[in-house]
Amino acid sequence: MVHGVTSLGVRRLGLTTVFLGAVFLVVALNRGRPEERGAGGGGGAAPGFSLRDVAHDVGIDFVHHAPTLDPRIDNIAPLVASLGASVSVSDVNNDGWPDLYFTNSRFGFPNALYLNRGDGTFVDVARSAGVADLNRPGEGVSMGAVWGDYDNDGLEDLLVYKWGYLQLFHNLDGLHFEDVTAAAGLRQWMNSNGAVWFDYDRDGLLDLYVTGYFRSDIDLWHLKTTRIMHNSFEFATNGGKNRLFHNLGNGRFEDVTDQMGVGSTRWTLAVAAGDFNGDGWPDLFLANDYGPEELFVNDSGKRFVLTRAGLESDSKSGMSASIGDVLNRGRLDAFVTNISERAYLFQGNNLRLNFLPELGRFEQGAEGAVADAGWAWGAQLGDLDNDGRNELFIVNGYVSGDRDRSYWYAMSKVAGANGNVFEDARNWPAIGTASLSGYERSRVFVSRGLAGWTDVAAAVGVTDEYDGRAVALVDLFNRGVLDVVVANQNQRALIYKNTVAPGNHWVAFKLVGTRSNRSAIGAEVTLEAGGARQLKIVDGGMGFASQNDRRLHFGLGSAARVDRVVIRWPSGARQVVEHPALDRLNVITEPGAVP
Amino acid sequence: MTAVALAALRGRGRTLWARLGEVDPRYLVSFLITLILVVGEARYGILGGYDRLVISLGVCMATELALARLVGGRGAALQSAYVTGISLALLLKPRAGLLWPFALGAFLAIASKYVLAYRGQHLWNPSNFAISLFLLIAPGSVAILSHQWGNHLATNVVIWGFGLLIASRVRVLHVTLTYVVCYLILAAARSAIGGTPLLAELAPITGPMYQLFIFFMITDPKTTVGSRRGRIVVAALVAVVEAAIRLAADHHVAALSAFYPAPPILALAIVGPLAKAIDLCAFFHNPRRSP
Repeated sequence: MVHGVTSLGVRRLGLTTVFLGAVFLVVALNRGRPEERGAGGGGGAAPGFSLRDVAHDVGIDFVHHAPTLDPRIDNIAPLVASLGASVSVSDVNNDGWPDLYFTNSRFGFPNALYLNRGDGTFVDVARSAGVADLNRPGEGVSMGAVWGDYDNDGLEDLLVYKWGYLQLFHNLDGLHFEDVTAAAGLRQWMNSNGAVWFDYDRDGLLDLYVTGYFRSDIDLWHLKTTRIMHNSFEFATNGGKNRLFHNLGNGRFEDVTDQMGVGSTRWTLAVAAGDFNGDGWPDLFLANDYGPEELFVNDSGKRFVLTRAGLESDSKSGMSASIGDVLNRGRLDAFVTNISERAYLFQGNNLRLNFLPELGRFEQGAEGAVADAGWAWGAQLGDLDNDGRNELFIVNGYVSGDRDRSYWYAMSKVAGANGNVFEDARNWPAIGTASLSGYERSRVFVSRGLAGWTDVAAAVGVTDEYDGRAVALVDLFNRGVLDVVVANQNQRALIYKNTVAPGNHWVAFKLVGTRSNRSAIGAEVTLEAGGARQLKIVDGGMGFASQNDRRLHFGLGSAARVDRVVIRWPSGARQVVEHPALDRLNVITEPGAVP
Repeated sequence: MTAVALAALRGRGRTLWARLGEVDPRYLVSFLITLILVVGEARYGILGGYDRLVISLGVCMATELALARLVGGRGAALQSAYVTGISLALLLKPRAGLLWPFALGAFLAIASKYVLAYRGQHLWNPSNFAISLFLLIAPGSVAILSHQWGNHLATNVVIWGFGLLIASRVRVLHVTLTYVVCYLILAAARSAIGGTPLLAELAPITGPMYQLFIFFMITDPKTTVGSRRGRIVVAALVAVVEAAIRLAADHHVAALSAFYPAPPILALAIVGPLAKAIDLCAFFHNPRRSP
């Protein structure tokens, strides 16, 4: 008997020890791997590039101003008015130097068109160009812009999407623009936060897809009701209707949303276009707030089909949609940002690896630090160190108010409620001057291939804690490296000038469409060098409220030559270029010009 | 419909009600949480992956079987392990698809019954213990279920309907109702004190986290006090402590910020064991009282 009691005591002691060990194990695992808990120090080999903010030095002192809305929603004004900082890249005057367009979002505050002087400095010409004073009562405020040559005249035109009336500007001579919205049939009030130019029917004319966030019958300055919010945090479908405008070729656009089946009302924040299933027709990938992502597959330009592709079961808060060949497989993948906040919410960013041809679905590739970047907004994939692999730049942070006051608890009260409660903005607790995931640092992830990603933000000099929204990648100074432009909400824009360690080669391409749209938006370039393959696409807007340089930049690492480049033009034409010149920009015109 | 038919229907209803009362309460509780799991997963994909459920359930069951044999000296309480496993799978939301929180959470939940016991009885509801512990020591790895199930009224009505019915049949409705009434009164008081919208303060109780809390945690007969009056007092105290946590959150008291993601669960983790220990202590000093 004594022996039995002793044995039981030993077992209890053993159990207690194991129990305490498990508690300690939880603590240890919660700390994570060093690279996950670091501040972007890299924790390994030194990154082969560094970034330094030179915005002021190059003459860019743009500061975004958030909208001021109807006082009936003052209780959550900082939340609602947290969008509008955007940046898009285009060479507006065809001088070979990329220019930048930033949007502002408060009445009376102008947008800026920074013309690249080619000497390392920029000058704001928006006012003289006629694209500055867009933020006016009755007209709405700017949320973003995308460039595309919709009339194929060789000059990039500008579509500004707004909380208000869309505005289309025809580029007259590179330095002057004419508002042709009404003549184009686009004067429509939308509360939009995203748009993309793409040629969905491959007729050589750029079409336009504009996303809706708030419903289009809502005037945020003259509210008839405060029931304007989403009715679910996970499956909301009461947002603004997305619209597809077909370019008729005579300067006019036709709304073909319903007949093409792309009128999602899922609070879309971002859209990207690309041929995900390899059938030669551009598809639409939507990042939706308060709901799952959506993939609309293009059925030969005749209609779009909402496709279950492994996206529908994840109900998240999609903010940004960027597409690129993440693992150098020669295939377009998608990266979608989401929200992570300790103890409250782990939705996590999604790296949608494209296995549509084999499996009919995407597979989740985000894990560790890539998945957990905070309240993430804009993101872009690009080769920042010219090693032949993509880096990933993500900006974070929602509302930076008082550092010692968080709105997370207050928001969690309504988040679990019935949708009818929080659909009414009046029922939300007042945020006051509190923060909501404020002061979050940006992330810069270096790809280690199948070994994953390492955050090197601090190591490369990215330490800002602004409320980042839009990111665009562009070789601003024509040096053969990608620089990073960031538009911050309510704060100044950043120009991260990139310095790459010597030794790696690069090559860039500027494509000019002939049978395809002149901007070559949608063209895919597959490059083969050193036994590796990379795919990039000319984008008509991607990420969040952003558009990258349309010149495609490839890092080559130590490869001494490019074996070949295969271009798949939006028209469907396929072109092979053998051994293009290294360390320079190659201008390639689509063969078989239309007479 | 004739009076005869109505009477027949009423009679059948009474019969069903009476039969429901004859069912082992543990099965009713298991049925309810299974219902929540199935409806939630089928309609909203609430789990986020079946691997989580398999791990939670598997580790809970295995731990219960092993510990009951090794140190329990009694039969394994597999029904309890089943409810705990499902609760953890539903309530814990991990970062970046981590699975270890489910394995370790399940082990710690069940093991807590054997390690953190007083006078032979465990003090914490197992899932309440594990979730509270994780929120306090691993907030970087797990979040609590803060919004799920589509925020749809119909889902709420179904779960509340079945929940109240089953709570009534397993004779814990007084606990549920006490807590709910106290919550509503205190929410109104907090709204008045803080000037926040009343609906914002009432809103949490319509959420799924509360449904699991009200029907599976606070009513756990193994971890509540012996007397009906005592259970009512404990439920009220949980609501009071929760209100205190919420008031602190409203005033941004930084020292208590770890408690803010899940005030009711952490309030129960504080009040429940204290009440149980006091009750057990009182019982051993006055064995005529029921423990």
